[in-house]
Amino acid sequence: MIPPMNSPAGGVALQVRSLRKTYADVVAVDGLDLEVFSGECFGLLGPNGAGKTTTIEICEGLTPPDAGDVVVLGRRWGRDDRELRELLGISLQETQFAEKLTVEETVRLFRSFYPRGSPPQAIIEMVQLQEKARSRVGGLSGGQKQRLALACALVGDPQLLFLDEPTTGLDPQSRRQLWGLIEGFRSAGRTILLTTHYMEEAERLCDRVAIVDHGRMIALGTPRELIANLRAEHVLEFALAGDDAGDAAAFRQIEGVCAASHTNGTYRLQVEELHRTVPALLGELRRQGAQLAELRTHSATLEDVFVSLTGRHLRDE
Amino acid sequence: MSERRGVDHPLVQLTQVRYREFFREPEAVFWVFIFPVLLAAGLGLAFRNRPPERIAVAVAAADSSAETLAHALRQTNELDVRLLTDSAANEALRTGDVAVVMIPSSREVEYRYDDTRPESRTARLHVNDALQRAGGRRDVVAVRDALVRERGSRYIDFLVPGLVGMNLMGSGIWGLGFAIVDARKKRLLKRLIATPMSRPQFLASFVLSRLTLLVIEVGVLLGFGILAFGVPLRGPLLSLGLICLASSLAFTSLGLLIASRVQTIEGASGLMNLVMLPMWIFSGVFFSASRFPDTIQPFIQVLPLTAVVDALRANMLRGAGLEGLATELSIILAWLVGSFVLALKLFRWR
Repeated sequence: MIPPMNSPAGGVALQVRSLRKTYADVVAVDGLDLEVFSGECFGLLGPNGAGKTTTIEICEGLTPPDAGDVVVLGRRWGRDDRELRELLGISLQETQFAEKLTVEETVRLFRSFYPRGSPPQAIIEMVQLQEKARSRVGGLSGGQKQRLALACALVGDPQLLFLDEPTTGLDPQSRRQLWGLIEGFRSAGRTILLTTHYMEEAERLCDRVAIVDHGRMIALGTPRELIANLRAEHVLEFALAGDDAGDAAAFRQIEGVCAASHTNGTYRLQVEELHRTVPALLGELRRQGAQLAELRTHSATLEDVFVSLTGRHLRDE
Repeated sequence: MSERRGVDHPLVQLTQVRYREFFREPEAVFWVFIFPVLLAAGLGLAFRNRPPERIAVAVAAADSSAETLAHALRQTNELDVRLLTDSAANEALRTGDVAVVMIPSSREVEYRYDDTRPESRTARLHVNDALQRAGGRRDVVAVRDALVRERGSRYIDFLVPGLVGMNLMGSGIWGLGFAIVDARKKRLLKRLIATPMSRPQFLASFVLSRLTLLVIEVGVLLGFGILAFGVPLRGPLLSLGLICLASSLAFTSLGLLIASRVQTIEGASGLMNLVMLPMWIFSGVFFSASRFPDTIQPFIQVLPLTAVVDALRANMLRGAGLEGLATELSIILAWLVGSFVLALKLFRWR
């Protein structure tokens, strides 16, 4: 585990120590420590079932932990609940709002619960739903429903925003629109904790990311640091023509290759410097008498970080 | 920026949500407002009191003495006398077209009838009376008929308070139960408790909206009964209002109890029907509960709908105020308090 490199400029907004939660037969959270600094966007990245939702719902005061300590904005659940409820903005995974109400009525209802905050109209404009303000919730698209959920999280002018999988199930365009809204909230200096199993989302939105698997944190840092820790900035994938079977062990020996794997006819090499490795690979293939059918490279992503840490892909169910 | 007065008070907002959800659901509006009126209209017409009907009887025409017998019977107004062949007469008796078949012979007249049919027993008395008079019997005691046909003793008068009670039960249990279970299933309850919303205010919004809808639903049904059928309202109106109020709250509490933990609409639906079915059958909405055997009367009497319907009938038909309804009101209040306390203990927000 890498110690956090950022210094907590505005202090710590959320502190979690040795958190544990067990359901009947599964350990959902297994001794998790977290620190979210004020003003940052912090991401919990992990596959489904990693314990992200349980963790965020414990921080939201909706699920009691079995053990561990949670301090939110300097306050604790069970003692300062009323105050905390007014300071937090929450978007749960899969909330369905009442279908017969309009967008405006829904926002107005949620706004009525908070002592502070912008008027409903302003919040609806903030999430770009003004054209749908008088439409029933039941007729909204998935992206519009998620923006409504975000609006309901923002009504109380929160100091800390919890977003549980804010873009799951959305098309790329709706996802980018939502990312824009979340970035806007972050650049206004607010703190965000979000969970996601999309590495693009974590890379684009988060200042720091904790990678979680089986209820434990397996890596922590800025997306850039985590990728840098692979010591292989590039991934090189290729396939051979015909039924040629290449010599995988030989590829591992090529200069600059940190790791090599072979699945379904595709070879995957983690590489430090492309300009050295590619010529060497071509030389090795010539030596083996194999023909290239396909050759691709991409810069390493958080997905590659997860694969190298667990041997699995983020979205393997 | 504190601006939580007037329409932006959370209780006002929550209550408005209840109205919106109700009035934007056409089926709910139909079942609560229209259906009971249609039911009252249909049953009121079917069981309206008609002028006394003549009872159909048959004389089996075995020989010429049948003609003489029929002639004697036609002297009385109460009987519709038919001359039929033996087999046709038996067929008419079997299908209920006639109440008694008479078969005259040289020595006597045979009455053939089903003694378990009240109509047949009445017919036999009339027939016998007419026959004996024709034969020369004289009345020895002077009698006089004084007819009393009063509002309040008709079937529709009995039915309307029953329907009001049934409606209070249905809208209380369904109205609250479905809304809560639906919100729980959609995780909306969980989302709401993640806000600073006051939980008692959330529950209070259901009670408040119920109370205003109650005025409309009872008003529509009673108004229809009064205008269309002249159903009487003999008791103090304030007492009637209080009975409806207590009843509605009792059923709302029962709805809350049913909905306290159920996770699915199907589960809630089954449970609600399980709770309401015995009351639909036993509580005397459509016919008097006293028709059921004595052994199950204690069970019937403690059902909330039995108490509600009895109290409504006592008020509307017999003019009873609250003081005469101590038993019924204590049963209703016991259900109200008991269900509410238990519901609060069991209630799950997620």
